Amino acid sequence: MKALLARVGVVRAVAFFGVLVIVPLVTGQIGWLTNALIFTIMYAALASSWNLVGGYAGYPSLGHAAFFGLGAYSMAIVFNGSVYGGYLPFVMLPLVAIGAALISLPIGWVAMRTRADVFAIVTITVLFIAQTLAFNFNTVTGGAQGKSVAPAPFDVSTYNWPFYYAMLTLLAIAMGISLYFRRSKIGLSLATVRADEEKAHGVGVRVTAVKLIAFAVSCGIVAMVGGVWAYYVGFVYPQFAVDPLITIGMVLMTFLGGRGTLWGPVLGAFILVPAQEFFAFTFGASQLYLFAYAAVFLVIMLFLPRGILPSISDRLRKKRAAANGILRDASDAASAVSAQPAAHQTGVTR
Amino acid sequence: MHALIQAIILGILTGGVYALMASGQTLIFGIMKVVNLAQGAFVVLGAYLTYTLFVQFGMDPFASVLITTPLMFLVGVGLQWALIRPLHSDDVAQLSLLVTFALALGVEGILSFAYSTTLTNIQPKYANFSWTVVGYQVNLVRFCAFALSLVVLAVLYLVLKRTKFGRAVRATVQNPMSAQLLGVNAQRVSALGFGLGAATAASAGSVFGMLNAFNPGSHYDLISRLLTVVVLGGLGSIGGSVVAALVMGVASSVVSAMASPIWSDFTFFIVLLLVLLLRPRGLFGARTRGAL
Amino acid sequence: MSDVLLSVDHFTKRFGGVTAVNDCSFSVESGSITALIGPNGSGKTTLFNMITGYLKADSGSITFNGETITRPRPADLYRKGLSRTFQQARIFPELTVIENLVVAAGYSWKGLFGKRVSLDDEVRAQKMLHEFRLESLAQLPSGELSYGQRKLLEFAAVLMSEPSLVLLDEPTAGVNPVMIDTMERHIRERNAAGVTFLIVEHDMQLVMRLCNPVVVLDQGSPIAFGAPATIQTDPLVLEAYLGS
Repeated sequence: MKALLARVGVVRAVAFFGVLVIVPLVTGQIGWLTNALIFTIMYAALASSWNLVGGYAGYPSLGHAAFFGLGAYSMAIVFNGSVYGGYLPFVMLPLVAIGAALISLPIGWVAMRTRADVFAIVTITVLFIAQTLAFNFNTVTGGAQGKSVAPAPFDVSTYNWPFYYAMLTLLAIAMGISLYFRRSKIGLSLATVRADEEKAHGVGVRVTAVKLIAFAVSCGIVAMVGGVWAYYVGFVYPQFAVDPLITIGMVLMTFLGGRGTLWGPVLGAFILVPAQEFFAFTFGASQLYLFAYAAVFLVIMLFLPRGILPSISDRLRKKRAAANGILRDASDAASAVSAQPAAHQTGVTR
Repeated sequence: MHALIQAIILGILTGGVYALMASGQTLIFGIMKVVNLAQGAFVVLGAYLTYTLFVQFGMDPFASVLITTPLMFLVGVGLQWALIRPLHSDDVAQLSLLVTFALALGVEGILSFAYSTTLTNIQPKYANFSWTVVGYQVNLVRFCAFALSLVVLAVLYLVLKRTKFGRAVRATVQNPMSAQLLGVNAQRVSALGFGLGAATAASAGSVFGMLNAFNPGSHYDLISRLLTVVVLGGLGSIGGSVVAALVMGVASSVVSAMASPIWSDFTFFIVLLLVLLLRPRGLFGARTRGAL
Repeated sequence: MSDVLLSVDHFTKRFGGVTAVNDCSFSVESGSITALIGPNGSGKTTLFNMITGYLKADSGSITFNGETITRPRPADLYRKGLSRTFQQARIFPELTVIENLVVAAGYSWKGLFGKRVSLDDEVRAQKMLHEFRLESLAQLPSGELSYGQRKLLEFAAVLMSEPSLVLLDEPTAGVNPVMIDTMERHIRERNAAGVTFLIVEHDMQLVMRLCNPVVVLDQGSPIAFGAPATIQTDPLVLEAYLGS
């Protein structure tokens, strides 16, 4: 049974990445398609990374766009107009990740001393700090004028390809780490942190360590994605590189697909990014797309608060439970009966 | 020295307006445990309403408070009813954060559509009038804004202290469960509380629009400062956030005058991080969750 | 006289104007099953929370295994060999039964990066599952267990790290009579194997059979200490329970 499930997982992953690898080769000349896919895959990678903290650990960070911007600016600063990069920027990405992870550690350490709501406030503050820095540290960031990245010397007909495959690699990395978390004690520990952090302390879970690992890894990947993005679009403006909408994108897609699942963030991105593009296309520069986006957001929160995948698996489990539930119910009916008044009691005193 | 005192005066006057905005936000948190990320957007919405009343009908911005405040109260009640109330209760803290964030985006989108994204300002004739008191400049609008804030805060205080609704609110803040057992209608208190929060934002918005140039995106600046103030104030304590607002107003004004306006926002953030480092539950450490 | 494993020294805790725990001192001897009883609101759970670091004491300290600790923290105590259960059976409902045991067993830094449930973990957990007769439920999400089974699971999980002292907060509250017997048997077996217990319990019959000595708490401080038989006839105790 377990082996079968594992095989289904492998098949799914191979099919998904196989198709995405082939798409540019087949449709190579259709620029808009690879362009749209780059942004979709980008958000899938971002959401998958956010999920490591927001999903597995249950800490809803609203500050991740700060690290996206950090990655973007580090690209723009190193490969400015006078230094031409070629493939070098891609090779540099691990350094970006390490740098961002190191910077994220003290931030995460302070922020994660607080719980859900205050944590969100602190991280959103980090985002605003990053934005203020980006706007005002003119000598480094170029201020509101932004900063250009040296254009890549790639062949025009396949210009998008390196960026496409770079994003795809980052998505694979994010999902790989997500899978690794799930299968290691890190994921097991994170699950206890999410469910009941106090209790987790009491049974010896290395709470602080796993939270920081998740936060740093997540920020590192997000920074790499930001780096590729900057190189691709060629220009880094503070309002786009450190954009609350990027944070919200990651959060929303993860929520839509399902927090704490492997495929949820990806599913969310592949639904929402095309929808977003559609809104932007339909409503154009009228800014109404913001409103449309907010409306979609609200609908998801109100009607699908747990996300698509958990809702589906819940339904499946219920069906299965209904099938073999009769047996178990009989065996501990006695204890279940006596449990009810107790549960009731604790509900009132709390 | 002169510049320092001037900055402190300015800081107190500005801090008063922030106190007004933050009091609404902390009230909402106290009642519903909802961090309202749309509070800044409500302020900006209030500013635009005032702007329209001023430009279209020539209404004095201070007088328009009498219209915008009740209007936004109703809007707040409606939004709570439509968006916050249906949320699943086991995850309210996280979901409400995102819902109010979406609300802020939605307001920003509508305002950008209706008014475009260029910066505007509400400029009544007396906008630049100021007194000189023993050598210090006191701007009329700032002074009146401060006074208005005090008046609204006083009204809020009286409502909470003297009315039946106020008692219900205070009971809910202290212990939602027993408040309900004692017959407080939690849904109604929440709706009215959210309305009050939006109303304070609107009244602050009217004066905000005179003191600052603003555009639909201004809510980001506002919310970042407001969050700092309410966290410092201990999330849920109105007195705490008034003190925190005044302290932060003075601090950022002094930094702005002594160093550079760029770093005045930074004071907010740095102070917030330092305080959280030392006291993860805020300066005035109100009862938050996590008690066994 | 045997060794003192845990001593509580002058613990005090006030909530606003109410003093929940008032200059409370007592000790738990190594190898004993000590009961902590008292009328409702006498401060038993507050005291438990203070001993285990879930609540900060206003003043006072504990001494565990000869080491004085002024600010106990749950994670440190766990490593030193002091574990506890909670009144409402706090388990991790999304994890399976076996995972609940594995995560509580403690792991090295290297283990943190290792498999979620390694072969070694599985062997250790199976042993515990066997002892508690929970084998058939091993792969079930623990959220689907009955209340009594959850209490058993939490108890078993706490034992995974082989603590020297276990604090049980009302281990039999709200479970059926058969489960009470089961719980009692497990406590006895483990005690025989060398684990010391400190138990908050309302079921007086159980306390009288199982525990010795008994500490009686009233209004936040101990009013009596001794064998169950002497406690039962202590006038102070009767007064506390029945009111004067």
